[in-house]
Amino acid sequence: MLGEGILKGLGETARNFVGSYVSAERLTTVQYPEERAPEIEATRDFPFLVYDGTDGEAGLRCVACQICEKECPPKCIYIVKSTDKKPDAFGKPQIYPTRFDIDISVCMSCQICVEVCPFEAIKMDTEFELSTTDRFGGLLYDRKELSKSNEYYHKIHPTEAAEVDARLAEEKVKADAKAKAAAAAAAAKAAAVPAQAPAHITPKPPVTAVEGDKQG
Amino acid sequence: MIEKADQIFVLLSHWLVSFLPSALQPAAAVLLSVVAIIVTFPALFAISVLLERKGLGRMQNRYGPNRVGPYGIFQPVADGVKALIKEDIVPFRADAVVHFLAPVFLVVVVFMGYAVLPMGRNMTLVNMDAGLLFFFAIGASTELSVFMAGWSSRNKYSLLGAMRAVAQMISYEVPLLMSSVAVVMITGSLSLGKIVDAQNQYTYGFPHWYVFTPWGFAGFVLFAIAATAETNRSPFDLPEGESELVAGYFTEYSGFKFALFFLGEYVGMMGISGLAATLFLGGWSAPFSWLGWVPSWFWFFAKVMLAMCIFIWVRGTLPRLRQDQLMNFAWKFVLPLTLLNLIVAGLWRFMGEGWLRWLVCSAILLLAYTLMGRGGMRGDHIGPRSYRYAE
Amino acid sequence: MSIVFYVIAGLSVAGALAAVLLKNTVHCALALTLAFAGLALLFLELDAQFAGFAQILVYIGAVAILVVFAILLTRGSETPQDTVLSRNPLVGLVTAAAIFAVLGWAVLHSSLSLPQESAKPQVTVMDIGNALMGRYVLPLEIVALLLTAALIGAVIVAMHEKEAAK
Repeated sequence: MLGEGILKGLGETARNFVGSYVSAERLTTVQYPEERAPEIEATRDFPFLVYDGTDGEAGLRCVACQICEKECPPKCIYIVKSTDKKPDAFGKPQIYPTRFDIDISVCMSCQICVEVCPFEAIKMDTEFELSTTDRFGGLLYDRKELSKSNEYYHKIHPTEAAEVDARLAEEKVKADAKAKAAAAAAAAKAAAVPAQAPAHITPKPPVTAVEGDKQG
Repeated sequence: MIEKADQIFVLLSHWLVSFLPSALQPAAAVLLSVVAIIVTFPALFAISVLLERKGLGRMQNRYGPNRVGPYGIFQPVADGVKALIKEDIVPFRADAVVHFLAPVFLVVVVFMGYAVLPMGRNMTLVNMDAGLLFFFAIGASTELSVFMAGWSSRNKYSLLGAMRAVAQMISYEVPLLMSSVAVVMITGSLSLGKIVDAQNQYTYGFPHWYVFTPWGFAGFVLFAIAATAETNRSPFDLPEGESELVAGYFTEYSGFKFALFFLGEYVGMMGISGLAATLFLGGWSAPFSWLGWVPSWFWFFAKVMLAMCIFIWVRGTLPRLRQDQLMNFAWKFVLPLTLLNLIVAGLWRFMGEGWLRWLVCSAILLLAYTLMGRGGMRGDHIGPRSYRYAE
Repeated sequence: MSIVFYVIAGLSVAGALAAVLLKNTVHCALALTLAFAGLALLFLELDAQFAGFAQILVYIGAVAILVVFAILLTRGSETPQDTVLSRNPLVGLVTAAAIFAVLGWAVLHSSLSLPQESAKPQVTVMDIGNALMGRYVLPLEIVALLLTAALIGAVIVAMHEKEAAK
């Protein structure tokens, strides 16, 4: 019947009108900046550097391998390697970046730096309210501004951070086990060397050390 | 007391005018009423603009404007200030005189239409014998202003919009007049005051409004459709289609002239709602006889604002009609139904009181609507595609 | 002959003169609309309400729009002429003088036969309706027939054009 669709449409808009006062599903506006939309974990904006523990300089996971600098498509990362070694979060002396600059006006959030980093040192942040009045200097972030703690990483990407921590712990366990095995083998070798007969040149069987699974 | 509240504006005007010497009094009374109209209806325009923006927003699951003042009630003030301080650009090759005159002509003409509307008991500005004809004559002049606006801008989009607007307004002028001729036939007079008086009677508390009769209901619906098209209002707003023609015939207008066009459109809408209320909804008469203590002017303005709300509601619901669909609708559906409505109104008048005339009239109208509507539902026959190549 | 009459008459004559003397054709059409409005005001001044409003409704609301459409759909609005006065004004002057003489004779003879101050006839719309349906019903039906023929003719012409375009 002609006009039926019109009446149905009028009914639908009337439902919308009345419903917008009573139910939340009929009024979907989020009034920014007083209200914020709920945060989604998989957002990404610009990179930041993760540090373990509380010291921003000593706990930095980054060892300035410069892989992310080479892989970055718009070349927005600038790294200067250090010439000395400082102790990292586990006490081992490591190379660290003296300069680590990211120009976020150039960065295109492609996440390639995160994907290629072997040390889980650089991750994507979710902060978007970054406007500043300085077009050039204000958008060039240095190492201090980029370093954020692992607790912060857990806060913004909980599942991802938990995965990363689990992986790092597993690798540490494997690395410790390997170190122990190597130390035990070295000690056994040192103990076995004096008991050896004087040698004639026979090829020794190759030493089967566990080399294969260094990279986890 | 009730009488005083009902006639308060009339008494106020008499009292104010009594301060002047008696030679000037008639002119002063008219001038006072004119000033009252010019003050009231733009205020209602501001309210209805706000209502439209908030209402459309709520219908579209969003807030309307709510930053300027609590719940956005000062938004019209902000809009007015913006319109006043914007630079008034007149295109270089535009026809300056006609470009200037078009919005002025439109606003003058739509305000003149209010002279015959009875806004309350004894509250008509000019009590003319042929009042309805005056209103339609004035309404026909708005088309000329639309054309002037579109042509003087020397802009092909404006011209296209103006031509479409004029074609649409002419096509829907005929159903508009025809559906009100039925009312005139039954009342026996062209004077709007007499039409309201004829509807101001009650049986068992129910009013004798014409919308409660079969021919009156059909006439009201057809009048509403024609009125929506006359004022270039969605779903008939192709001439000012924002997504197709930039802004149609008022593309080249900025600042205050655009505000005048906007004002003219809304004031025209309220004028034609006032006419619809007068012709079909009983003008200033109350819906039930026991509500007669509420002042008559309250009912009139309530009906006008209700009509505005329905305009906004329809705008939020329906998509825009294409020009050829619009014209087809006017000439092939609305006009024949209005002519049939005239015949049915005549039948009603001459069949005498009783249930038979209700049955017969309703049956004829429903049958005609269904049969003609079937033609509209059929859809166009879309055959296989044919191509025409440039030779 | 009050001041109001002179003002309205001046307006009408000015509109009519502008309609023939202006260069831009659309301006001429708008000036013609002004002349129509002046005529309607004259009707209203004589208390002929129906005639006045019908004049506005039909002439300004329909005929003026028709004139404007005709100008736009043909090439009338593109280039204004160099001069609006024709090349041999003599023929035009003679024709205009002859028509003016006939009209002037008709007006002067008719107004001289009536007394100067006569009461205005009070004609209501109901009287017009009664006359149209009673005494003048045959001319009404013939005019209706004429209009129907014009409408059907327009539709046929348009249909032929559509078939020719196919």
